[in-house]
Amino acid sequence: MASIDVKNLWIRYGNYDAVQGVDLEVSTGKVIAVLGKNGAGKTSTIEAIEGYRRPFNGDIKVLGLNPITDRKALLPQIGVMLQVGGIYPRMNAKQALELFAGYYNDPYDPKLLIDQVQLTHVADRPYRYLSGGEKQRLALALALVNKPKVLFLDEPTAGVDTLGKGLIREIIAESASKGASVLMTTHELAEAERICDEIIVIDKGKVIASGTSEALRDRYGRSAVSFKTSTTLDVSDLESELGITIESLGQTTYRMESQSSVIQVGALTAYLQKKGIDVLELNAGKSTLEEVFLEITSKSDDQN
Amino acid sequence: MTKIDQESKQSTIQFLRAKETTTLPNSPYKAQAKAEIRLTMTQSESLLVTFGIPLFFLVVFSLLKVLPLPHGVTKSVYFLVPGTIAMAIMATGMVSLGISTGVERSYGVLKRLGTTPLSRGALIAAKITSVAIVELIQVVLLGSVGLLLGWRPSGNAVAFILAIILSSAAFAGIGLIMAGRLKSEVVIGASNGVFLLLLVLGGMIFPIGALPGPIAAVAKLLPAYASAHILFNSGSAGIISSLTTWVTLVVWAVAMPLLATRLFKFE
Repeated sequence: MASIDVKNLWIRYGNYDAVQGVDLEVSTGKVIAVLGKNGAGKTSTIEAIEGYRRPFNGDIKVLGLNPITDRKALLPQIGVMLQVGGIYPRMNAKQALELFAGYYNDPYDPKLLIDQVQLTHVADRPYRYLSGGEKQRLALALALVNKPKVLFLDEPTAGVDTLGKGLIREIIAESASKGASVLMTTHELAEAERICDEIIVIDKGKVIASGTSEALRDRYGRSAVSFKTSTTLDVSDLESELGITIESLGQTTYRMESQSSVIQVGALTAYLQKKGIDVLELNAGKSTLEEVFLEITSKSDDQN
Repeated sequence: MTKIDQESKQSTIQFLRAKETTTLPNSPYKAQAKAEIRLTMTQSESLLVTFGIPLFFLVVFSLLKVLPLPHGVTKSVYFLVPGTIAMAIMATGMVSLGISTGVERSYGVLKRLGTTPLSRGALIAAKITSVAIVELIQVVLLGSVGLLLGWRPSGNAVAFILAIILSSAAFAGIGLIMAGRLKSEVVIGASNGVFLLLLVLGGMIFPIGALPGPIAAVAKLLPAYASAHILFNSGSAGIISSLTTWVTLVVWAVAMPLLATRLFKFE
């Protein structure tokens, strides 16, 4: 049985349909990322699944329970991390974790959690004086305090430094490996690619693509060569030399579609050598998840 | 993998495999009440409003004797002890509780609490518990200072305590209605504004007889007057207040918390 099962979810604010017929499923121990631009409907979707927002229409089951009518039975089994805030500004990490541990029957030891999210050195500092990354790590610890079976994380690494991001990703992956199902939103596509089993792309309240990151890159990606040069190129001259279309992505950044990257990279480097221009960056192969995301969301824009 | 990565990985695994600790059932209400009391008693701005201002009014106006007194009262401290107790209850229940809850709402704290097993009823009960404890300290403090200034209680202790409980419920209800519906900046302005208005109209520092007739008539329907009047009668004057005054206070004490429970929004 899926830990989260959502069918035909609709969320309406006044006359505006923020979420329009979303279906999604999260199996036990899996990490699923919901991607989308700002205002795409990600947070509304997650909040409806948490039971925080009443859907206009649709069927939601979390651990087999209805998040609205079975709320009392469900809340002790889920962990939630909001996009921002959610913690008393004058409370320190120790006090906040002790408070949240007090809501549950079988919580983790707060001291152990503080240690694990590496906040021991600031455990007595009020929340409002913590850095962005420290706030996020505390919010994650609070989401984990009850040993949840389902974790909802809204942009868990937003505003976190590189080391902190690594720690948060590691904890998410470990939680999943111990059987927790994780539904998260993120704007960090590399992060989604690295730790998520599946990715769901939402745009204007609808699911426009879903699958593993590899499947999405296979389905929507293109083979391309992208490169950055030391000076601006004469694009039409290069196009006539190589016989293909060159896309200008910036002043000195370019991309060309390619069926055979080896031949095209060879031709490109020969051309640049002839012109005495240096290559600063060169990438050849399938589109990145970021390129795929931009591709499918821009297609969705075109269709509307 | 770097050394830091390895250490971090090891500690994460250790935590996730950690032996389960306590198995005793916890009470969300108890945990929340404890936290609310600690937060209230460590908030300096709140302590100024809830303890500082009533104490200042009691001491200064008992000694200076510049305010008018109700008919038949010869020593101002007899009027000011119950009046400042009513003022303190209003400051704690309405201003302090309202502002702190409004801030919690704006920081997303209430939204986050809405995803824990702490129910809305348990949250409100915890807040009322915290308010009750602060008020107990206020009553003891103001009463003790009053005794030092010459006040000798005379009246009905049961009626006095009942009036404190009903006043607490009424003012806490008003504070929570504002905090549960308005933006935090608006709550700060609104609760302080209502506090000043009720201070003037409530007969806590100035006798209501000093107000123009129509305003005094309206003031008698407000919880501030009912609270101050019953506390004065049962704490200093040694008489039982009219049924109308008791009914007024009971209606506010029941209606406001009920309305707060219905109107309160976590976000």
